[in-house]
Amino acid sequence: MSWRTIRTIYAKEFTDSVRDRRALVSMIVLPTVIMPLLIFGFAKTASVIISKAREEIPRVMVVGGADSPGIRAELVGSGRFKVESATPDWRILVSDKKVRAAVEIPAGFEKALDLGSAPAITLYDYQGELKSGLAADQLSDFFTKLRNRATARLLAARGLPASIARPFDVVRANVAPPEKVGGNVLGGIIPYFIIFLCLMGAMYPAMDLTAGEKERGTMETLLCCPASRTDIVLGKFLMVLTGSLSAVMFSIVSLGLTVFGLGSAMMPGPGGPLAHGAAMPTIDLLGILGLLAMVAPVAVLFSAILFTLSLYAKSSKEAQTYVTPLAFAVVFPCIVGMLPGIELNYHLALVPIVNISLVCKEMLSGVWHWGYIAVIFGSMALYAAAALGLAVRMFRREDVIFRT
Amino acid sequence: MIEARSLTKTFRDRRKGAIVGVDAVSFRVAPGSIYGLLGANGAGKTTTLRLLATLLKPTSGTAIVAGFDVTRDPDRVRANVGFLATSTALYARLTAREMIAYFGRLNGLGEATLRERIRSLADELEMHEFLDRRIDKLSTGMKQKTSIARTIVHDPQVMIFDEPTVGLDVMTARAIVRFVLECRGRGKTVIYSTHVMSEAQKLCDVIGVIHGGVLRAEGTLAELRARTGETDLEECFVRIVAPGEGR
Repeated sequence: MSWRTIRTIYAKEFTDSVRDRRALVSMIVLPTVIMPLLIFGFAKTASVIISKAREEIPRVMVVGGADSPGIRAELVGSGRFKVESATPDWRILVSDKKVRAAVEIPAGFEKALDLGSAPAITLYDYQGELKSGLAADQLSDFFTKLRNRATARLLAARGLPASIARPFDVVRANVAPPEKVGGNVLGGIIPYFIIFLCLMGAMYPAMDLTAGEKERGTMETLLCCPASRTDIVLGKFLMVLTGSLSAVMFSIVSLGLTVFGLGSAMMPGPGGPLAHGAAMPTIDLLGILGLLAMVAPVAVLFSAILFTLSLYAKSSKEAQTYVTPLAFAVVFPCIVGMLPGIELNYHLALVPIVNISLVCKEMLSGVWHWGYIAVIFGSMALYAAAALGLAVRMFRREDVIFRT
Repeated sequence: MIEARSLTKTFRDRRKGAIVGVDAVSFRVAPGSIYGLLGANGAGKTTTLRLLATLLKPTSGTAIVAGFDVTRDPDRVRANVGFLATSTALYARLTAREMIAYFGRLNGLGEATLRERIRSLADELEMHEFLDRRIDKLSTGMKQKTSIARTIVHDPQVMIFDEPTVGLDVMTARAIVRFVLECRGRGKTVIYSTHVMSEAQKLCDVIGVIHGGVLRAEGTLAELRARTGETDLEECFVRIVAPGEGR
């Protein structure tokens, strides 16, 4: 093995790649843009949609309630709803989103309420539909308040305090610092994107440096030189790894700027309260460094696998058909890592991608399990070395290199 | 000097089983001479040359190229060989200078030697005008000159040409032929594969006719004519590869 040769091959591949627009897009542009777009863009869009939905006065229908005019008048008087009497097709109207929700007031409700034994009020909404859900929430809030007032009135009539109906409250308190709560939320999503970008960053260089070279006829030119096959693989592999790691680096920098920008736009300082009282999610800097360290063997593993798969292909087009399923194969374990209730153990620490996804989630929320970290790093390094060994072996095979 | 000794290459195919690409081919090429490997498409020319250039490993037999055994010292063989074929393309996003320098470095040339070598090659091949232009912006002729410079940057003793003129225009093909003759003039050992009879006739000191992976005949043009009783090389070739075929 000659480091000089490996360096020469790497330097050439680097020069070649930075002059290739498609390589720059996959290594720099996409990772830089995707994070702000997903985090800032998604957060902003979701916030706008929810605010708009909250501002809207929902159209609701009242089913029955002809003998409860007071309740109906209170509903109208609250100013929170556009109240209409139900038409026979009210269910279809709710399903078609023309009416947001409906409330069924049973016969004799008002009279029964005065006596303290009113039947149940039924609310109808279209589950899963934001605006319908909000309208049903508002109706629920209206009727809960109505019930509380009725309770207080009935208790007062019997000379009892209102607190008798609610002798104590249950308060739930969080011990995690607000920024850690935020970190936990982002910690589930960030490793997913980082791992995915790690793969995407390596994908194009891997195809271009192997199948692409075969297709363009430069592979044979390169094989004519005295460099050993191992040196050629390592030089090229380092470039694929550079693509993977640069995608991660650019996405991390972009993520940092996005979170900082989001923080500046939405609150006075990181970790401070937002307008609605929630905490601005912040990420532990050490967690980010830990994530980078853990992602390194993943990048080696992906680069080696992509290199091997692409090397087998006759052309870039064929290589694409081999590497695209890998993207799907990676998404699944990433999602497993994001699922609530899945916790890291020594068995999962040996499952590639799932282990990284889980440990990064913990590190980003400030939890460091050194035993798991060591097992994960060690096992991933082992998988990566095996994949790289396979790449070298494949490169030595004539039926692979000259497969045209 | 090239000496092929019962060079054999068998490929494995899942459907067809074992396919013999080159079958016990033996020949010698002396320094300062051009050996022409003449054969139809699929005759085994490229496989033979790839074996000599150590791109493929022989299944049996061996070859000594520039004093090194292709099976034992493949890296040293490649360090002494210049391989030019239509299939050996250039890196489109590099400049001509970068391309030559890359292969110079891979062949172990130091930076000072490399600079001097590039300058002398640029003088010799009249490349100064486009030396710092990207290869994808060059004309076919300029690309061919860059390919030649890439092939000889390490001044190899042995030159292997695999149908280097296929698909080229007349002027570029003539330049290649001139370059091959210059290699002989400089005392290099040259092996040249072609299926173009006129090229073989014009260039080669010795011609080997290969067919179905077997070296069917070998000799100077005069010897092949005498052996077949034909004057035209094309007729000689047909007589050798398909003896029963009528004229």
